[in-house]
Amino acid sequence: MIPELGHFALVLALVLALVQAIVPMIGASRNRLALMAVGRPAAQGQFFFILFSYACLTWAFIQSDFSVQLAAANSHSATPLMYKITGVWGNHEGSLLLWAMSLSLWTVAVTVFSRNLPDAFVARVLGVLGWVSTGFLSFLLVTSNPFERLLPAVPDGRDLNPLLQDPGMIIHPPLLYMGYVGFSVAFAFAIAALLSGRLDAAWARWSRPWTTVAWVFLTAGIAIGSGWAYYELGWGGWWFWDPVENASFMPWLLGTALMHSLAVTEKRGAFRSWTVLLAISAFSLSLLGTFIVRSGVITSVHAFATDPKRGLFILALLVIVIGVSLLLYAWRAPKLGGGGSFSLVSRETSLLGNNVLLSVASASVLLGTMYPLFLDALGMGKISVGPPYFESVFIPLMTPVVVLMMFGPFLRWKDDDLAKAVRKVAPAFVASVLIGLGTAYAVDHVSWRTVLGLSLAAWVVLASILLLVGRITERAGAAMGARLRSITAAWWGMWLAHLGVGVFIIGVTLVGSLEAHVDVKMQNGQHAELAGYTFTFRGVRDADGPNYDAARATIDVTRGERAIATLTPEKRLYLAQGMPMTEASIDIGPFRDVYVSLGEQIEDGSWIVSIYYKPFISWIWLGCIMMGLGGVFAAADRRYRRLAAREATVAANQRVA
Amino acid sequence: MKAKFLVPLLLFFALAGFLAFGLTLNPREVPSPLIDKPAPAFSLARLDDPARPFALEEMKGQVWLLNVWASWCVACRQEHPVLVRMAQQKLVPVVGLNYKEVRGDGAINARGMALEAETALAIERAQRWLDDHGDPYVLSVLDIDGRVGIDFGVYGVPETFLIDGEGRIRYKHIGPITPESLQQVIMPKIEEVRRAG
Amino acid sequence: MRAEMFVKPVRRLAVAVAVLLAAALPAVAQQAAMPQQSAGPGAAPTVAADPQLEADVMELSHKLRCLVCQNQSIAESNAPLALDLRDQVREQLAAGRSKNDVIDYLVARYGDFVLYDPPFKATTLLLWGGPVLLLVGGAGWLAWRLRRRQGELAAMHGLSEAERRRARELLAGDAKQSSSESPESRS
Repeated sequence: MIPELGHFALVLALVLALVQAIVPMIGASRNRLALMAVGRPAAQGQFFFILFSYACLTWAFIQSDFSVQLAAANSHSATPLMYKITGVWGNHEGSLLLWAMSLSLWTVAVTVFSRNLPDAFVARVLGVLGWVSTGFLSFLLVTSNPFERLLPAVPDGRDLNPLLQDPGMIIHPPLLYMGYVGFSVAFAFAIAALLSGRLDAAWARWSRPWTTVAWVFLTAGIAIGSGWAYYELGWGGWWFWDPVENASFMPWLLGTALMHSLAVTEKRGAFRSWTVLLAISAFSLSLLGTFIVRSGVITSVHAFATDPKRGLFILALLVIVIGVSLLLYAWRAPKLGGGGSFSLVSRETSLLGNNVLLSVASASVLLGTMYPLFLDALGMGKISVGPPYFESVFIPLMTPVVVLMMFGPFLRWKDDDLAKAVRKVAPAFVASVLIGLGTAYAVDHVSWRTVLGLSLAAWVVLASILLLVGRITERAGAAMGARLRSITAAWWGMWLAHLGVGVFIIGVTLVGSLEAHVDVKMQNGQHAELAGYTFTFRGVRDADGPNYDAARATIDVTRGERAIATLTPEKRLYLAQGMPMTEASIDIGPFRDVYVSLGEQIEDGSWIVSIYYKPFISWIWLGCIMMGLGGVFAAADRRYRRLAAREATVAANQRVA
Repeated sequence: MKAKFLVPLLLFFALAGFLAFGLTLNPREVPSPLIDKPAPAFSLARLDDPARPFALEEMKGQVWLLNVWASWCVACRQEHPVLVRMAQQKLVPVVGLNYKEVRGDGAINARGMALEAETALAIERAQRWLDDHGDPYVLSVLDIDGRVGIDFGVYGVPETFLIDGEGRIRYKHIGPITPESLQQVIMPKIEEVRRAG
Repeated sequence: MRAEMFVKPVRRLAVAVAVLLAAALPAVAQQAAMPQQSAGPGAAPTVAADPQLEADVMELSHKLRCLVCQNQSIAESNAPLALDLRDQVREQLAAGRSKNDVIDYLVARYGDFVLYDPPFKATTLLLWGGPVLLLVGGAGWLAWRLRRRQGELAAMHGLSEAERRRARELLAGDAKQSSSESPESRS
């Protein structure tokens, strides 16, 4: 009964999505407030029904109702409760429902936080979001009904893919989807602005916090996904340039470009058509990513649920949403021109320069991801494009981005003197190259990659300090407290996020250059050495879990006389799918991780143990956290609230007049 | 409407076209670079008479199929009736390449097993399987360690190679042979090769 | 004046950072050196008889695609075929063949599909040249747009470059605040 209720709620949600898509749009074009006002309750009602539907599906998983096909295929009565709940989205149908739910959640957020925006604008935004939601809900209902019954019911389910039974997977998909789907708001703002023809700096200012928040979610989602890969796949890799990873990375790159481009458009009203194109493209790449993951067109280790038949529906959806938007763009964008002036040497120019570089990087990732498909479709053979390609393309593209990223903030808005700005940062620049060289030499790993990475990191750190010092000493005479208080949250956000990039680069460079690894055969009491650490094997015990059998090794890690940690890697066999899994055990430290995973037992009774030493690897995620926090600060800037309040009064006055 | 603002739309349509085409392709099928090249030479023990090695040259002058199989391979069970029917109709001689009979079976831990013991076990298992399901092969050879499989670029079982009278590989079929693929693809290919040869 | 003001703290900082790094990093580097096979009783034997060879095998294996897996290299995968291919790589490297020989050996059997690093040839021209083209195109477009904008704006305001410069000088005091100024504030 409950699954049927869930199904029915989904149908109602679709009806409301259609109402939300059509009625406010008509209202906006005829200037009828009553029709426009339908948007908000329709969106909120839609969210209620999707949430209800989602709860029904979760209920079926928790109750182990294996007459529901999805639960039978992705859950098991012995699965721990947490993974019963997360199992809901560990499959095609459930993840699409999660997609639709996060879209709906974003829409509700728009209805709540848009009180200050003009009614017609909000009506159009909700209309656009309604159309996207209509597309996805009908995709769910037509091709991927999550409530499909299985008659007769099976006695027990097939369990969730063991790879996904991991704490990282509890939050990774929701965050990632919130990020992915969050770009829909910036997209809807852009489309609404194109429709109304009112595409000005106010539009850019409204879009900025939404874009930033979506970007924060996406950053967090990608970082957690990479952390999951790091310890769940058992050998300590953290990024694979896998098509599915690329699918989330491309919108991230374009979203980053969009955030910065919005800044230029807000300040100068310039490059509006470019910013609109970025807003459309960022969301289009999110949709494309959904297509890549869900259609199985490009195989991938992540494509847990692939079905080419559904591919056609989602491709049609893609063509309609993106095609119509780009057509609208081609029609309306030529009329956008002008904007305030800024000179060739200005912060605007540096932001736009980085914009172009980030877009080129994103396009290159797209090219690499799709190229095998292009060749195959043209009958020119099958090739693979993997990490070596992406690294050799990405590093040269990102190097100028990082250099420019730290140089831009030294330039003033509108106009600056290049020679003066260069003089300001030149010592730091030279010092960073020297530090890069010196450090590479000190760690005895002088390769161009290490030197480049360390120099860039040093550049980011030095320039950040210089920037902060400059900002504090700007107002000579004022008290320190007043000087610090005068710095806006947005500025701190920018500073922190950029510094985060530096921290990230340190992690990537050092772990890439200095990691060490050894595979040993260990018996009770035997020890192995790696990177100054001694690993002593203390035997293996059974450590069966609710839905798996496991062997757990105990390995003491010491350094000289000092005990460092006791690691307990496991080798598990998930019973329902008969799938072996290795659970690594990691001693996380600020300057290094020690990573141990347990392999198989061999004939003479000893166990194969893989030991890894990963210097500075946690800096990768520390950098991501800093970037994310930077985004939070930027979005929380008081300016948006103040301006919003002011616009509200202006709008109210206009209405009165 | 200025032309340059249409560029993103056109680029997207091109991409969508490829994506639509991509839906019709099988991403798991990797074409063999060995097509129209001489089949890799090998000499392997025969299943029916392990003391006697079989080499490619013995099939010289004939158009034939080399079918890669193993008793642990689930998809082989699916295609086997087709092969048996082919043998009954004497459509084309089929040589079986029994691929990693023992060590390929995930259920057996073959590590540390002596080669003789493994070979004996392989023969017993393979023979029993042919007894149970019918033997469509002119003969089968034993690729115990899968080395010949690698030379042929085998990456999954079953696979089937069409080899012409001069010992060249002319076609590779990936996955189980179905009655449809036999009729629509493999037989026409065989006819073509026979006419040419 | 201002530039000098910053140089000093930066210099001091650079020295401090350099000293810190110089102290901390050699320790890291030392630790990261190849694992020494510790002799003596109780030392666990390495799986690989020759750790240097194994490191080479893994390095090459990371660039080779496992055909039966979904997008994994043969180094990461434990699929039987991946293990077989890794054995092949090991055997051939041990026999003194070069990495290129091994790559040729695998490409002859499985095609370019096994290479994660696609070879540079006619069909991959666009793949390798694409990013360069995009970069040149993007940078060229931006430069062209910015220049044209300058021209348009100058024409619109009917000011010569010299007049504009003078106006800028007059407004120099305002420039710092310009970040809070936006076209909308007029409305």
